[in-house]
Amino acid sequence: MSTQAPNTTGQPIAFVSAQALRARMHDAVNDPHLRQSFRGAMDFLMAKRAAQFPDEGELDSLRSLSESIRQYSLSKLPDLLEQLEANLIRNGVHVHWAETPDEANAIMLGIARRHQAKLVVKGKSMVSEEIEFNHAMEAAGVGALESDMGEYIVQLAGEKPSHIIMPAIHQTKQQIAKLFAEHIPGVDYTDNVDALIQIGRRVLREKFEIADIGLSGVNFAVAETGTLCLVENEGNGRMCTTVPKVHIAITGIEKVVEKLEHVAPLFSILTRSATGQAVSTYFNMISGPRRGGDRDGPEEVHLVLLDNGRSQAYADEQLRKTLQCIRCGACMNHCPVYTRIGGHAYGTTYPGPIGKIVSPHMMGLEQTHLLPTASSLCGACGEVCPVKIPIPELLIRLRGEAQSAPHANPAMVGQGAGYDAKVSLLWKLWARLYARPATYRAFTWLATRFRFLTPKQQSGWTAARTPLKPAPRRLRDMVKDRR
Amino acid sequence: MSARDRILARLRGNQPAQADALPDLAAHYTPRARGEAKAARLARFRTGIEGFHAEVHVSREADWPALLARLCADKQVGTLMYGANTPAGQRLTGAGCGATTLRPWAGQVEDIKADLFHRVDAGFTQARGAIAETGSLILWSSAEEPRTLSLVPPIHFALLDAATIHPTFYDALVSENWAAGLPTNALLISGPSKTADIQQTLAYGAHGPKELVVIVINAEGDAA
Repeated sequence: MSTQAPNTTGQPIAFVSAQALRARMHDAVNDPHLRQSFRGAMDFLMAKRAAQFPDEGELDSLRSLSESIRQYSLSKLPDLLEQLEANLIRNGVHVHWAETPDEANAIMLGIARRHQAKLVVKGKSMVSEEIEFNHAMEAAGVGALESDMGEYIVQLAGEKPSHIIMPAIHQTKQQIAKLFAEHIPGVDYTDNVDALIQIGRRVLREKFEIADIGLSGVNFAVAETGTLCLVENEGNGRMCTTVPKVHIAITGIEKVVEKLEHVAPLFSILTRSATGQAVSTYFNMISGPRRGGDRDGPEEVHLVLLDNGRSQAYADEQLRKTLQCIRCGACMNHCPVYTRIGGHAYGTTYPGPIGKIVSPHMMGLEQTHLLPTASSLCGACGEVCPVKIPIPELLIRLRGEAQSAPHANPAMVGQGAGYDAKVSLLWKLWARLYARPATYRAFTWLATRFRFLTPKQQSGWTAARTPLKPAPRRLRDMVKDRR
Repeated sequence: MSARDRILARLRGNQPAQADALPDLAAHYTPRARGEAKAARLARFRTGIEGFHAEVHVSREADWPALLARLCADKQVGTLMYGANTPAGQRLTGAGCGATTLRPWAGQVEDIKADLFHRVDAGFTQARGAIAETGSLILWSSAEEPRTLSLVPPIHFALLDAATIHPTFYDALVSENWAAGLPTNALLISGPSKTADIQQTLAYGAHGPKELVVIVINAEGDAA
C-alpha cells in the first residue's frame, strides 16, 4: 500500500488548521444572511434536480450505469491513462504528469514562460483552485484571470469559491453590484442581473481577444479517442479553449473513461444532478490543436495530469470509491451541514460531503481530521450521488483512520492525527461496560444511586443544553414493578 | 523515475487483479428507445431547444436562404459571416442575403480576429445533426466552418436537416461511430450562452452568442 503520497506541502490557502474549522463553523451558523442565502440556493437546486428525474426507474438505472462506468474506468486506470496519453500525443496534444500542486504549477509556468505570456484566461477548473494556480502565476508575474462569471466575481472579491458548481452562491446581487462599481473602471452601481452579466461579458471579451493562454479543467477525458470533454453554459470555456494560441487543460488522474460512448450517460446524469438542467448549453469535445485545414483553435494544446493524493485513495479498495466522483455538487446541495455553514467554513478547496472525503487525501489527515466529523451521517449525500459513492461509509472510515492509534503501514498520510489516548481509553471502558450484562447492570445500579454526583458542567453538551443526569430509577426496575 | 512513472507505478501496484466487466450501455438505452418518426423527433428537439431560448423556424428546402435573409433583416444583422465552400454556403452565395452583407470566412482566425470580435453581427453554420431528447444541435468544426464562427458573433444561425435528428446523444455517437474519427472540435449546443451565477437568476448572452436561431429544413414527410 502506498503511504508516500507526496501531497502535504505547498498549500498556502487551501490549508486550514483543523482547529480553525470549529471557529469557522461557529461564525457561519451565527450569520443569518449567509444561512438564508445558502438555504434558498440549496432549496432551489434540490427542486431543480428532482424535476429532472420524474421517472425513478430511469434514475436508478442511470445511476447504476454511471457507477459501473466509473468503477470500470478505475479498475483499468493505469492502462487507460497510458491509452489516453498515447492517443492525445497522436492527436498532437502535449501530456504532462504532476505528483504535487507545485509540480503542476511549475509545468504550466514553464509553458507560460516559453510563450512569454502576460495573461492566462481561465475557464472554470476546480483542479486549478486545488493547486492555487492563480497565486502561483501571479507570484511569477503572469496574470491569471477567471472568466466564468461566478469565478470572476469571487476573484474580484479576493475570495475562494464557496460551491464547486456555483462559485459565487454566497454573494447577493447587491454585493456583486458594489464589487463591480468599485473594481471595474467606468461602471456605475446597478443590481440588475442582466446588466451585471453584460458588464462581465464586455470586460472579459476584451481579455479573450488578447490572452496568450487559455486554461480549462476537464470533465471527462476519453482514452480511446484522446478527447477532452468540457461541460459549461456560458461559452467562456469555449473561448478559453479556442481563441488563445495555447490551451492548457488540467485534470485529476481519475477523470478518464475508456470509450467515447461512456460520456453520454455520465454527461446526462452530471448536468441533471448538478444544476437540474437536462443538458448544459455547451458540451465541448476537444481532440487536439489546430491541424490540417483548421482555420482557428489553439496552435498548442497541453494536458496536465495531477495526482495530489489521488493515488493514495486508489490504493485502498474502499477509499478508491472517492475517485468515482464526477464533481456535480449534488452532495453539497443536499447536505444539511453544508446548507447551514456554507462552503467557506470548510477551509478546503472542495467543500461539503465530497470535500470531506477527498481533501484528506490531498492535504493529509493532520490538517483535515475534523472534516469527517462535520456530518450528521443523515445519508442524503450518498442517496443523491449520481455515481453511488457511499459517502457516509467513507466518512465513518475516515473517522476511524483519524482517531485510531497510529500504527505501521497506514492507508493514509496522517493516520491517527485525531487520536487521543484519554478519549480512546474512555470509549474502551464504555464498550466493556456495555458489552457485558453483568457490568452493565452494576453500572446502571450505581448510576441511579449516585446520580447526585453528575457534574453540572459537561463540556460541549452544556454549552447549549441542560446537563444530563441519570434517571432516579432504571428501566429494568420500572418494568419489574409493573409485573 | 519521472512523475509519470511514479504515478503509474503506484496505480499499477494497487490495481485490482481483474478489471470490472465492460458496462452494458445498451441495456439502459435500448428498452427506453422511443422509436419515434422524424416528425416526433423534430417536435421533441424543438420543445427542448426552445425551452433553452433558441428560436426555431421550419422552412422548405428551397426557401431557407430567403427565410435567413428575412430573419437577418428583422434582427438588423449588418454583416453575416459564413463558410462559402459548404453546400449551404454555395446556396447562400448564390441567393444573397437581402440587405445583409455576406462575408465568407477567409484565411486564418488571426487575419480576421478583430472583425470577428467587433464587426461581424452574426455567424451562419450548418449543423451536423441534433438530439431530440435534450434539444441540442451537433456541430463538428471544419476548415469551412471554424469553431469561432458559432461562438464569437452575437447571433448564431444554424441550418439543420430534420432527417439528422437523433433520439439521444448516445444514439448519435454510436450510430455514426464517432469514436472512429472525431474532428478537432465536436460540440453540442443547446441554446444561446447563459449563466445563473448571480443569485441563481438566469441571464442570456454570457460570453457566447446572445441568440441562437435554428432553421430546420426537410421537415416534410416521414421518411427517416
